[in-house]
Parts: sequence; C-alpha cells; structure tokens
Amino acid sequence: MEFLGYFGGVFEPVSLLLLIGGTIGGLILGATPGLSPTMAVALLIPFTFHLAPAQGLILLGAAYTSTVAGGAVSAILLKIPGAPANIATALDGNEMARQGHGARALHLSFLSSGVGGVIGVLLLIFLTPMLAQWALAFGPSHLFWLAILGVTVIGSLDSKSFVKGLLSGCIGLWLSMIGFDDIYGAQRFIFTDALTGGIHIIAALIGIFAIPQVLEMFSKGRDGRAIQTIAVPDHSLKDSFREILGSGRALTIGTVVGSIVGLIPGVGGQIAGLVAYDQAKKFSPHKDKFGTGHPEGVIAAEAANNAMVGPSLVPLLTLSIPGSPTAAVLLGGLLIHGIFPGTDLFERNPEVAWTFINSMLIGQVLMVVFGIYTAVWAAKIARAPIPIMASAVLVLAVFGSYSVQQSMGDVTIMISLGVAMFFLEKFGFSAAPLVLGLILGPIAEANFNQGTLIAAAQDGPMVYFFTGPLNLLLILLVVLSVGYSFWSNMLHAPGSAKLEPAE
Amino acid sequence: MTASRTQHFTAAGLVLAVALSVTWLSFTQEPVEAFLFPRLISVVFSVLAAWNFIRAASGLAKVGTGLTIRHAGNIWPGLLVMLIYALFAAKTFGFYASSVVAFLAIYTLYDPTPISNGRGWARRVIVTIGFMIVIYGLFALLLRVQTPRGLFI
Repeated sequence: MEFLGYFGGVFEPVSLLLLIGGTIGGLILGATPGLSPTMAVALLIPFTFHLAPAQGLILLGAAYTSTVAGGAVSAILLKIPGAPANIATALDGNEMARQGHGARALHLSFLSSGVGGVIGVLLLIFLTPMLAQWALAFGPSHLFWLAILGVTVIGSLDSKSFVKGLLSGCIGLWLSMIGFDDIYGAQRFIFTDALTGGIHIIAALIGIFAIPQVLEMFSKGRDGRAIQTIAVPDHSLKDSFREILGSGRALTIGTVVGSIVGLIPGVGGQIAGLVAYDQAKKFSPHKDKFGTGHPEGVIAAEAANNAMVGPSLVPLLTLSIPGSPTAAVLLGGLLIHGIFPGTDLFERNPEVAWTFINSMLIGQVLMVVFGIYTAVWAAKIARAPIPIMASAVLVLAVFGSYSVQQSMGDVTIMISLGVAMFFLEKFGFSAAPLVLGLILGPIAEANFNQGTLIAAAQDGPMVYFFTGPLNLLLILLVVLSVGYSFWSNMLHAPGSAKLEPAE
Repeated sequence: MTASRTQHFTAAGLVLAVALSVTWLSFTQEPVEAFLFPRLISVVFSVLAAWNFIRAASGLAKVGTGLTIRHAGNIWPGLLVMLIYALFAAKTFGFYASSVVAFLAIYTLYDPTPISNGRGWARRVIVTIGFMIVIYGLFALLLRVQTPRGLFI
C-alpha cells in the first residue's frame, strides 16, 4: 500500500493542470483519425523537457490513457477508428450511432473504458513491485536476454511477416549502435556529421511515428470528401450507468482479456479489443445481435483496450520491456528524464514512479468525466481537414525534434528516419520492433559487454550466457516467440501467396 | 515480374545491401572489443536480410502493399516541400519564416478548394497564421527554445 503515500504529488496545481490538459488533449488527438496514440505521445515528449520528471510523466501518461479512449469517438461517430485499439468498437458503436443511439454508445464506451482502465492500473500498482522484487535476481546475462526477448517478441508478434518484423528489430539495434562507443570511444557507423552524437531517441521516435503519417495523409491527394458525422441526440447518463451495471459479463470479459493481453510484451490494444469482442460474442446469449449495434460489443471492446494500458506498463517499469508501441515511446520519455526502469526503480525513484502510476488512476476518472462531456465537441475538431493536420504534424515534428538538443542534426535524423520508415512500412516492415531495437539496443549491449567481462573472469561466455535456469528460460522464450511466429506464418502462407498488383 | 514484385525485390535488395555493409564494417573496424556486439547483431541482420531477399526474388515476399503510381504522384509534391523545409529552408531562412511558407504550401497543395478561389486563400492564410502564433507561443515564449533565425526569423 506504499502507493497511497504518493497521491499528494498528483494534486499539486501544476501536476493537476497537466493531467487535465493531457486528458483533454489526448481525447481530441485520439478522436482525430490519422493521429495515433503513439504519435501523440511522441510529439508530446519535447514539451516535458522543462518539467520535473514526475510532471512530465503525468502529461505523457494522461495522453496515453485518453488517446486510447478518445479513439472510440471517431470509431462511433465517423466509423473511423481513431487508433487500431478501437477497431472492434466501430463494429457496433457506429451501428448504434446510426440508429440514433450515438450518445448512449459514447457514454457506454467511456464508462466501460473507465472501469477497465481503473482495474488495469490497479493491476499495475499491485503487480509491479512484486515483479520488481523478482527482477532483483537478474544479472547482466539475464538482462541481455531480456532485451533480446523484447525485440524478438515485438518483432514476431507485431508484424504480419516475422522475417520483416525481426529485420525491423535488427535495423533498430543497428541504429542504436551509431555514434561513439561508450567504453572504447571508437567511432561506429558515423557516415555524416549529424550522426556524430548518435541517434537521439526522441528525434527518432518523432520521425518514425509522425512523418509516415504525414506522408500517408499526402498520399490521399486533394481528396475533397468531407468526413460525415452522425447527429447525436441526448441520452440520460443515469440510464447509461444502469446499463453498464447490468452488463457485468461484457465488462468482465473485456477487463480480463485486456489485462492479460497488456501483460504480454508486444501485444497491443488492437488485439485486446478484437479478442474481447470475439469472446463477449461467444459467451453472449445474443450472439446474432453483435455487429448490428449491440451495446455489449462496445462495452467489451472499450473495457479491453483501456484495461490493457496499465498492465502494458508492468514489464516496462520492472524489466524495461514495453508492452505496447506507445509504452515503448513512454520508455523513451522515462530515459530522457534520467529514470531507468528496472529492478531498483521503486527504491531509487519511488516518488516519480508512484506519482506517475497514481496519476494514471486519477487520469482514468478524469478521462470518463471529460470524455462524456467533450466527446461530441472532440468529434467536431477531429474533422479538421487532412492538409491542415499534415502541415501541423510536420511543423510540430520539426520544432519538437529541434528542441530536444537545439540541434539541426536531430531534425535531419528525424526527417530521414521518418521518410525511410514510411517506405519500409509500405513493404511490410514495422515501426514497433524498430523502435524497440533502438531503445533496447544500448541496454542489450551494455549487459553483453558487462557479461563478457564477467565471463572472461569465470568459465567463459558459453557457460555464462547459456547456462542457469533463468538464462535457459529466457532463451526458450526467445526461441518460442520466433518459432510460434514462424509456424504461424507457414500456416497462413498458402492462402495469401498472391502478390497485390500495383496500379 | 509485376510492379509490386519489382518493388518488393528492390526494397529487399536495399535492406540486404545495408545489412551486408553493416556486417562488413563490423568485422573490419578496430578496436575489436568495440565491435563485438555489432558483429553479433550484424550477422543475424544479414542472415535475415538474405532470407528476405530470396523470398522477394521468388515472389514470396507478399506483406506490404508497395507504392502505387497514384499514391506516389500524390506524395512527391508534399515530400519535396517537406525535405526542402526541414533540410534546407529552416536553417537558411529561419524556423518561423520557413514554417509559415511550408505550412501554407502543403495546405495549398492538398486543399481540395480550387487555387483560384479567393476565400480559400483567405482561409488558408488565416489558419496558417493562427497555427504559427500557437507554435510561437509554445516554443518561443513557453519553452524558450532558441531556433535558428537564418535570413528572416
């Protein structure tokens, strides 16, 4: 119950303002099609430099929570999921809105998001210290394998092609090695002056997540079609509360599925929403109503994608392995504030860690309140024309990446990585494993070097890195994650072997 | 070879070239100790890149839609503005001046309102100035970021 002593930090005026601002801003960004939660959090990181670490993390945490929930607004009112996590919400939510139950769908969506989100954060509060204690047993060889596991899990599970997923992870690991070597001072892969200081993680994150979305918006051309919203007649909030209380089954399924999925590194909210929707349908006596505007579909999907948020931070805060791409960006945010997640996070920085986690709990409540009252307003802002969004994101990305170190080199790196990532994505490569490789690369290398030195003084690297129960367990998990993905790819290969012809 | 297959083949070839270059550099640079980890990673990188290349050459690399001619045609004007703005104009002409021009240029390029429409221009100019005032307030006044001034501001 240590966390109870750190609620004061959340209610300091600046922290509370950041929490409210991050929540409202996140709801609007989440509701805007084309702006993903990951990109929103990446663009916000430069704004946290001038804040205390806890305050910066409060802003990022609020944005993470509310962008996932805000994505439901455009899923319901526009049938365009604001984020991949809201795909399942659109199935029944938009049908409800078309039938004149838009406000009801929005109420149910935010209330179920709130319930799932609070339970998810409670899991984060109680599981994290336990796992952190267990993680104290980890030495350099284990941390090396853990970092490799983080890259292979996301590389193999987050991508449609496991070869390209793992290749993306390798590209990220290579990018992390650019610059001067920490121990020997050797220059590595420095082809231009801009790379002398290595690749700054924030500039890279902004480029990799923001620029491909700008180019994606460009690819639509001068599309004059206006996005049509649906009129939203009022609905009693009291009735929505009653409906949520009477939907225990869908709510429970969504929360349980979301929490489990969140704990598995690399599996994002999209999976949580779709699996919960599918399970809620299987266990419902009204299976045939799913897809026709059934409230249980909205409740299960939204409870799941927000229940995922808290648990996705458990592996991040204890083992430095993010549970989702947005959590990977949060890891970048932690590192630039000098906070190193891992075994001793709660001993060295308890105030920062607990204030951040507690703010996520309060943020869930704020998200429900602001979500319900600003959803329709957010949907109107979300209809901002594509050229305005593209220009705004580009200018923000340039200013944001420059402000990190006041360096034009960072802008060059940001744009170059962003453009390269856009083309890589067009050929099946994935941003999440690349970013994870970039973030976990230095952790893997530092522990590899440390382990090599220890091994030289003991029985050699083969014994040090490949023996012992924990090493073997982690190696087994690496092999299993790659093997499962390979098997899964082979299983689905014959049906999709045909190439899509280009125009 | 279809256009898509050619594109996948080219992309896989480029990735393989990068992987082989990284491997070659990792095994030829000194001191050896500083390149132990890069050697380990580059070998895995090259093996995977070679596998991907073989799959692409045999038409099995099917994930990813590639780039259609229509999309490429839509992208290039914006991409050109983006590259000139970020890599050249921002430093040469000043961050704020070049941002105003880049914002307005991209908005105009992709705005469905005809270029000859006077009201469309008025809207674009007002939105651009409004957005840049917000950016100036955030970065110059709130965060006190010193941006390159270049020829203008």
